[in-house]
Amino acid sequence: MIAIVDYGMGNIRSVEKALQKAGAEVVVTSDAEAIREADGVVVPGVGAFDSAMKRLGPFREAILGSIEDGKPFLGICLGMQVLVEKSEEGKEPGLGVVKGRVVRFRGVKTPHVGWNQLEMEPGCPLFKGIPQESRVYFVHSYYAVPGEQVIASKTEYGTMFCSAIWKKNVLATQFHPEKSGEAGLKMLKNFVELVE
Amino acid sequence: MLAKRIIPCLDVDCGRVVKGTKFVELKDAGDPVELARRYDKEGADELVFLDITASSDKRGIMLDVVKRVSEQVFIPFTVGGGIKTIEEIREILRNGADKVSLNTAAIEDPALVKSASEEFGSQCIVVAIDAKRGSVYKYGGREDTGMDAVQWARRAEALGAGEILLTSMDADGTRKGFDQELTRAVAGAVNIPVIASGGAGTPRDIYNVLEYADAALAAGIFHYGAYSIQEVKDYLRKKGMQVRL
Repeated sequence: MIAIVDYGMGNIRSVEKALQKAGAEVVVTSDAEAIREADGVVVPGVGAFDSAMKRLGPFREAILGSIEDGKPFLGICLGMQVLVEKSEEGKEPGLGVVKGRVVRFRGVKTPHVGWNQLEMEPGCPLFKGIPQESRVYFVHSYYAVPGEQVIASKTEYGTMFCSAIWKKNVLATQFHPEKSGEAGLKMLKNFVELVE
Repeated sequence: MLAKRIIPCLDVDCGRVVKGTKFVELKDAGDPVELARRYDKEGADELVFLDITASSDKRGIMLDVVKRVSEQVFIPFTVGGGIKTIEEIREILRNGADKVSLNTAAIEDPALVKSASEEFGSQCIVVAIDAKRGSVYKYGGREDTGMDAVQWARRAEALGAGEILLTSMDADGTRKGFDQELTRAVAGAVNIPVIASGGAGTPRDIYNVLEYADAALAAGIFHYGAYSIQEVKDYLRKKGMQVRL
């Protein structure tokens, strides 16, 4: 069972439907206990950093506990950004699962909207069977700059930014696998397999 | 590199697609979900559903369409048409749409754009602009507001819009090409993506407008079978443009 954390930030339904399509048993929940008990956790989310951190407050311990237990974790979009320590967008501290900070795009049209390519590092389980330079769907104005060696893929948009993170059982994508057609569904399948 | 986007638009009335379609072999060519799946397979990068249902008591039907599309189509989609309140936006997003587009309501109540983008994030708020000879029209193109399209686009960006969907009423339906001048003026004035709409007749028209716009929206060219999305994308790629294949 995969728990999708419903903390009031964005399009949970698409993530739920896509994970089901990928073969997962999912529960959309706002209950810390259910998160703690699930075999894997997904934190989706769109919106502002501070309001996400405030709304994640009640689930913080459950999420960190699940990660510490070694259960697979997937953060999507804002759900990736909340993993690092701080953001230019706000004052609240992040979860600090990964060293680093979140910064805003500069000198390019913002938000970065549309299908862009992945330059993948080898080995990331999320990208098993995904061809190099595959296109996935992005929509965001900020991105995470990790302060440790966790970059799973990079993408070019004015600068080469980190578009996915892989740190042991923690996976995160700046793009939306649930909106990235076949490639995205394949990644979600890969995640579901890690959970099983 | 970021790809230019090709976005088919579907007009929906009381839960049915009403503009003609070339997918004659479909069992039910008027079903938005079936058409959405078909366009997804053909390589559409996003979809736009324009709810043209006139009576507000039948609005709920659109929510059901949104729900069903989100269960079966895994590319982004936008819903527009008659949306006036934060609550309506919330319902549409909650049922699975990725973005909403605001047109007349944004003109009459610019604060709606601001509060909606603060509440849900700029990324899901598209401001749609219908322009004729540079002037912004409301009520589906029936009333001239006297506002300058470029200035309104700038203001929409400042209010928090994440994208501009720019329709040239002069070019719309002509199939003689997009309004290059208008698109260039608006795209050059804002720092958010611009989706050009109105006038697509050939892949070359789409190529031309994508020189300025980030995405091209089209209805007739795809519905009536003149070209498939794949044909358009093949053409763009041959001309050296980045597209998702």
